[in-house]
Amino acid sequence: MSTPNGAPTEPAVADAEFGSADNLVELEHLTKRFQVRQGVFARGKSEVHAVEDVSLTVRRGETLGIVGESGCGKSTTARLILRLLDPTSGAIRFEGQDISRLSQRQLRPLRREMQMIFQDPYSSLNPRKTVGQIVGSPFVIHGERRAKTRVQELLETVGLSPEHYNRYPHEFSGGQRQRIGVARALALSPKLIICDEPVSALDVSIQAQVLNLLRNLQRDFNLTYVFISHDLSVIRQIADRIAVMYLGHVVELGESESIYESPKHPYTAALLSAVPRATTGHRERIMLTGDVPSPIAPPPACIFHTRCPRFHQGHCDVDAPPLRELEPGHAAACHYPLEKWPMTDDEIRQAEGALRADKPSLEGATQEA
Amino acid sequence: MTQDSRLLLDVRDLTVRFPTSDGVVQAVSNVSFTLSRGETLGVVGESGSGKSVSNLAIMGLLNRNRANIAGEVEFNGRDLLTLPPNELRHIRGKDIAMVFQDPFACLHPMYRVGDQIAEAVLAHSNEGKDHARKRAVEMLGHVGIPNAKARARDYPHQYSGGMRQRAMIAMALVHNPSILIADEPTTALDVTVQAQILELIEEVKREFDIGVILVTHDLGVVAETANSVMVMYAGRVMEYGPAAQIFAQPQHPYAWGLLDSMPTIERRLSSLVPIEGSPPSLLNPPTGCPFHPRCVYQFAPCATERPPLVAPVPEAHPDACHLPWEKKVELGAKRAVAAIVGEDAA
Repeated sequence: MSTPNGAPTEPAVADAEFGSADNLVELEHLTKRFQVRQGVFARGKSEVHAVEDVSLTVRRGETLGIVGESGCGKSTTARLILRLLDPTSGAIRFEGQDISRLSQRQLRPLRREMQMIFQDPYSSLNPRKTVGQIVGSPFVIHGERRAKTRVQELLETVGLSPEHYNRYPHEFSGGQRQRIGVARALALSPKLIICDEPVSALDVSIQAQVLNLLRNLQRDFNLTYVFISHDLSVIRQIADRIAVMYLGHVVELGESESIYESPKHPYTAALLSAVPRATTGHRERIMLTGDVPSPIAPPPACIFHTRCPRFHQGHCDVDAPPLRELEPGHAAACHYPLEKWPMTDDEIRQAEGALRADKPSLEGATQEA
Repeated sequence: MTQDSRLLLDVRDLTVRFPTSDGVVQAVSNVSFTLSRGETLGVVGESGSGKSVSNLAIMGLLNRNRANIAGEVEFNGRDLLTLPPNELRHIRGKDIAMVFQDPFACLHPMYRVGDQIAEAVLAHSNEGKDHARKRAVEMLGHVGIPNAKARARDYPHQYSGGMRQRAMIAMALVHNPSILIADEPTTALDVTVQAQILELIEEVKREFDIGVILVTHDLGVVAETANSVMVMYAGRVMEYGPAAQIFAQPQHPYAWGLLDSMPTIERRLSSLVPIEGSPPSLLNPPTGCPFHPRCVYQFAPCATERPPLVAPVPEAHPDACHLPWEKKVELGAKRAVAAIVGEDAA
């Protein structure tokens, strides 16, 4: 197992209680790069840095929310946890067992422990199978009998009627279809459910129904969720802890309340301030300029420095900030974390009490102005 | 006709029906509203509430062979619904412009962005190609595309989602329209980009003194940008009034339901209050109030009598609900209290 170039070798902080029995999932220095071909006749080869050096834990019974904009690596992280993708380097541990190098055959017994709920309830259900077949398929795959009564119980659990057993997906509305997806995920009593944008395709009134259902199921069945969403309001409603991702990196990690009430990373602050609110009243908004850089050639050092309002030349573009604990249970990867929240635009720019690294390593020319 | 010189658009009783082999889809029923210069009208509703179809009808973009459209859409003293197609073509894209949801589908992938905008210029002007190109570059710069002259020669795939939406707004603005209809302009975009685009639309509105119709399902977007709000459900207007009033004192149970079921970024609620059930089929919508099957407050007349869209008392804004005014005030106050209790619990 090789460490990717430039990845910090120090142990991951904040979430470093690796090995604790409380942890259901542990990710350590997890990296995933995709090979792509570019140029005329696809001669040039390069790599998409989808997930870079992600270290975090998912504790039993909690909901870990992963937020970020499109292309930040949140779905790739989820797929890595489920081993639907093979990691480039790093470790994935499920209940203490390293599963990052297991073969598909060796993984099969573990598959029943971890399930997934998908974003689009229209494309994630086979239109030619009945609800009974869809929800019952996990039983068939894992060779269990007496599926029908179990399926009918499951349908009731998610708020559908057992009579729906012989119906087809097109007979259901979006919210009901998502309930079918939830029932399928619950079938084998998994320990971990990965919810990949499960309410993004639903209207608000229906979204609330599904969020409440997920929360009740968690309480009743002691489930652990990894909940992926780009919607910060939804994440606030459901997550206990949050990982904020940007360009494949976790830039902030901590208790949900702490992150929403006092974000430390300028990117998190910009995200929070960009969300439109239904309550009236003016507030400061941190406008980010430009677009997210390409993950094929991510910026050196701090990946956010090209858009950061607190950018310090000669520091942020030279030294990569490690993810470090700033308050108990709250870590951020930033040299100049926010002192308070909310802040005005000017206050954001005047970063003073900078957590300067011991050695302001200025060697090596800056690559991007 | 009203004497208000700032009035741009007066829509009265707009009704759209689609005859299909399964029956008649009652997509939009008796929608009336006005739009003035400097106003942003937010049209909110869930999927299938008729918010997009009403705008397509106004733009004359529905196939009249497939859709039955009734009512009046008055613009500059003329009814757009009765104009012959070639006259409507002079207005559409020139005086009334539209920005769609998906900036990925709206630009032709094989033509340069600048040329596509220049084509929009030429569609309504007799100037030469050089002038059109210059105008395209000028507009791209105007909507915040850096280095516009060079970027105009790019193909759409070289633009990010936010830049494509900026290019679409540039294209919509080339003829200084007086109305900009934006149909879910930020739904396909990330929040930080969404913030930029909403800001841009606001700037454009102020600078050119135009009226904007902003169609969205996101109440947060409406609260931040709109001056007036129209809440639609099952093809009908449920509530229509100034944005500040609608968010401070919503009057219709559907609006309450929407607001209560929406998770907020400001705090964690002890639980969300969903609207039970799902929206009705427009093939045979419920009799009476279209919301009554899902309404917790429904009583005798709701199932049979359709409530008109009227202001219950002079100081209130129009809503379509049978509940007596005192009851609405009482329930509205209870909602406010519940919100505060929820805050304490969280």
